[in-house]
Amino acid sequence: MREITLTVNGQRHELTVEPRTLLVTALREELDYRGANVGCETGRCGACTVRQDGDAIKSCTRFAVQADGATIETVEGLADDDELAPIQEQFQENHGLQCGYCTPGMLMTADTFLRDADDPSREEIRDAIEGNLCRCTGYHNIVDAIEATADQLGETE
Amino acid sequence: MSDAEDVAESVFGSSVERREDVPLLKGEATYTDDIDLPEMTHLAIRRSDHAHARIVDVDTSDAEAMDDVVAVFTGQDVEDSGIPNAIPTAWDLPNLVQPKYRILALEKVRHEGDGVAAVVAESRHAARDAVDRIDVEYEELDHVTEPRDAVERDVPEVHEEATDNVGFDFELGDADAVDEAFADADHTASVDLRLPRIIPNAMEPRAAVADWDATTEEMRIWMTSQNPHLHRMLMAAATLGIPENKLQVIAPEVGGGFGSKIYHYPDEAVTGWASMQVERPVKWQATRSESYQTDCHGRDHDTTAEIAVDDDGTVRGLRVETYAGLGAHLSQFGSATPSYLYTTVLSGQYQIPAIHARVVGAFTNTTPVDAYRGAGRAEGIYVIERAMDVAARELDVDPVGLRKHNLVPSEDFPYESAAALVYDSGEYEHGMDTALDHVDYEALRERQAELREEGRYIGIGVASFVESAGLSPSEAAGNLGSQAGGWESAIVRFDSTGTVTLFVGTADQGQGHRTTYAQIAAEELGVSMDDIEVVEGDTDRIPQGMGTYGSRSASVGGGAVARGAREVREKARRIAAHQLEASVDDIEFSDGEFHVAGAPDRSMHIQGIAHQAYLGHDMPDDMDPGLEVTNFYDPENFTFPFGTHVAVVEVDPDTGEIDIQQYVGVDDCGEIINPMVVEGQVHGGIAQGIGAALFEGASYDEDGHLETRRMDEYAVPHSTQLPDFETDNTVTPSPHNPIGVKGVGESATIAGTPTLVAAVADALEPFDVDHLDIPITPETVWRATGGGE
Repeated sequence: MREITLTVNGQRHELTVEPRTLLVTALREELDYRGANVGCETGRCGACTVRQDGDAIKSCTRFAVQADGATIETVEGLADDDELAPIQEQFQENHGLQCGYCTPGMLMTADTFLRDADDPSREEIRDAIEGNLCRCTGYHNIVDAIEATADQLGETE
Repeated sequence: MSDAEDVAESVFGSSVERREDVPLLKGEATYTDDIDLPEMTHLAIRRSDHAHARIVDVDTSDAEAMDDVVAVFTGQDVEDSGIPNAIPTAWDLPNLVQPKYRILALEKVRHEGDGVAAVVAESRHAARDAVDRIDVEYEELDHVTEPRDAVERDVPEVHEEATDNVGFDFELGDADAVDEAFADADHTASVDLRLPRIIPNAMEPRAAVADWDATTEEMRIWMTSQNPHLHRMLMAAATLGIPENKLQVIAPEVGGGFGSKIYHYPDEAVTGWASMQVERPVKWQATRSESYQTDCHGRDHDTTAEIAVDDDGTVRGLRVETYAGLGAHLSQFGSATPSYLYTTVLSGQYQIPAIHARVVGAFTNTTPVDAYRGAGRAEGIYVIERAMDVAARELDVDPVGLRKHNLVPSEDFPYESAAALVYDSGEYEHGMDTALDHVDYEALRERQAELREEGRYIGIGVASFVESAGLSPSEAAGNLGSQAGGWESAIVRFDSTGTVTLFVGTADQGQGHRTTYAQIAAEELGVSMDDIEVVEGDTDRIPQGMGTYGSRSASVGGGAVARGAREVREKARRIAAHQLEASVDDIEFSDGEFHVAGAPDRSMHIQGIAHQAYLGHDMPDDMDPGLEVTNFYDPENFTFPFGTHVAVVEVDPDTGEIDIQQYVGVDDCGEIINPMVVEGQVHGGIAQGIGAALFEGASYDEDGHLETRRMDEYAVPHSTQLPDFETDNTVTPSPHNPIGVKGVGESATIAGTPTLVAAVADALEPFDVDHLDIPITPETVWRATGGGE
């Protein structure tokens, strides 16, 4: 067992994990951040995507011990209490989710992408979310939602 | 519709944002794996590594000795416990072979993935570690994975009772009439079609949490279910033997289904049974690989289709023979899907005077096959649409022209097809023209000809479909072998303070029922959506239900909500008449308000009447207090959504690459409750249709192992593989549905695959390619155009 420290959505946690414990498992089962979902355990589906030190990563592809000392942001940290973040609002307005299982990961990938993207094309948006699978929406409305968020953020800058 | 129709801005028919979304967006929704109970244990299942083998011995001693292992169970332990232990079929057919389907294998394993033993441990890791330490000794047997081989070749039998592996041999239609049509017709054409297995790939793998109370002998099971009442019934009657009134099944948030979460699988029963043994809560969560091995696959058809057509384009007959894989076990709708759900749509949108189909259902040493989005209808429409294209080639005519020549005319509805269905309503040519207008079909054909001169190959694929949705009525389904009803139930309850609660027997997996049902009730009752709650997915809160599958929730579940609401409204009208001292016939209703005709100031709001109904102080003499209705809606027929989809692709014969340049889906699902939700269903459906056409398909290697066992080996389409979609609707209400709705869940999946295949085949016409089997990969194209020769 190993002792590690994770700062999740601004809150510092000390926890003890087995060396083989995946980051997603530590977040979900040890710390009760249940937003990130496990869809494949092979890094393919992206439902477990969180931000580690500013980068969107698939939290099933690394061990919790590898994230020792890291700053983690999860979907639970996107909204400001009851006020949804722009990306969340746009996913709702554009019907960018159905069953919602891929949504936490999709939001984290999209939100991270939009930090650096300036007026992205639909093709660039599709490239950005290529590693996040959605079986419900066919992606069209997800691309709409990300495009609309980019427009919204562009206007307020 | 209702007399509430004069509400200025009707909530029914508008793109109301989904009330489901906020918890999902915030990561606060509770899926099954998010449920933790005190003292909860974890279960893992040891699965067969072999396609077909005799179990010689199962040694659990090493596993039992491990730290944190609570118990290890084998198939023999389950059998010895005396529970019924037999997962049943939900659809009987003449001479259907129904081998016993135990929740853990006994004596033999029949496919890779069959459960052999189960471990209960203190943690998920411990359970999975211990499963690997169970020592199973097998005597390997020969196996078969292809349905046609299973029947025609000298291969071992998957089940002793199924001679030549035949589970059923089904016929529909008039063979003599078809023979005559083929003898008379000017032309005949044929096409062989292989529809591979599709793995449904709900993003949330299946899971269950069982909590047995040994004192009260009550069981509560949370699970990934599209139909918790069906699961309750089957676990009560057929596997666990717990009385139905002591068994609660809850479907919490469910992350997609597409058919795969309809069925009663062994796993949830093993989880429940294990909880009874260890007398603690037990959680089982499938890995993705387990899902691929055990979630029922879809399709697996090996078909020969022949079509007879005259010089003028009139289709005279259709003859179909299909070998359909059932997999190693008969799943609930494994018999219904490739028989009735498949053959009865073979007429598509066309007038075909003679149709005959024979389907042989074959057991194979593979994952069971059952309904996947489009179930049966997708396979049937694929057959007729490919046959129409092949016939157009034979006649050297435009495939759209051939289709139009044979469409069922609008004035012929209700239309009885030669495949035993009565279509309710349709405007087929209007739908087709709407789709063709989107792409400017004639201009596109000219452009195609020009580009061919330059050595570029674009293809235009057009496919039309009819879907039989909302399987019903119960009596007719029963006559054909169904062991389940075709109804849906809803309780429409005014609470005493005037809010409304709807309890509906369907179960959402992303469709947005909590929004759309509230829209229906708001319309019927004249009450704000904000005052309406929708409850689904819990057998203790909703007494009865059939669930969500077969594009049935909006039409059958929505129908039950609407009828229940109307009954409630009529009771309220009588209370209003009584308290306003007027005749019932003089009470008018609009926007939630009852008022006396000609005296608008004498009025009561329906929410105030609800309060009166629960006070019970001043009721009509013959009326009980309260304001709620339980409605069981058993439709008089299927509904028949329809539409036409068009794809434009460019194919590069040198590389085999297929570029989808335009995709148009025009769907007619009758009245539309929420256009945004309908569009979302169509988008997702198209994606799955294209996925099957170009990317997806499960396969087994020569040892009978699933080759596509992980997400990096099975091509679920990702964002860069799909185009933007253009969608449109025509609206032809169902004449027999209470709200005119037809359903939309499966339509676009049914349409998507034949549309794409038609487009690619059209692009490759100069290479004399008239059909390519799916998935059409770049290699498929490259070989078909002479690559490698």
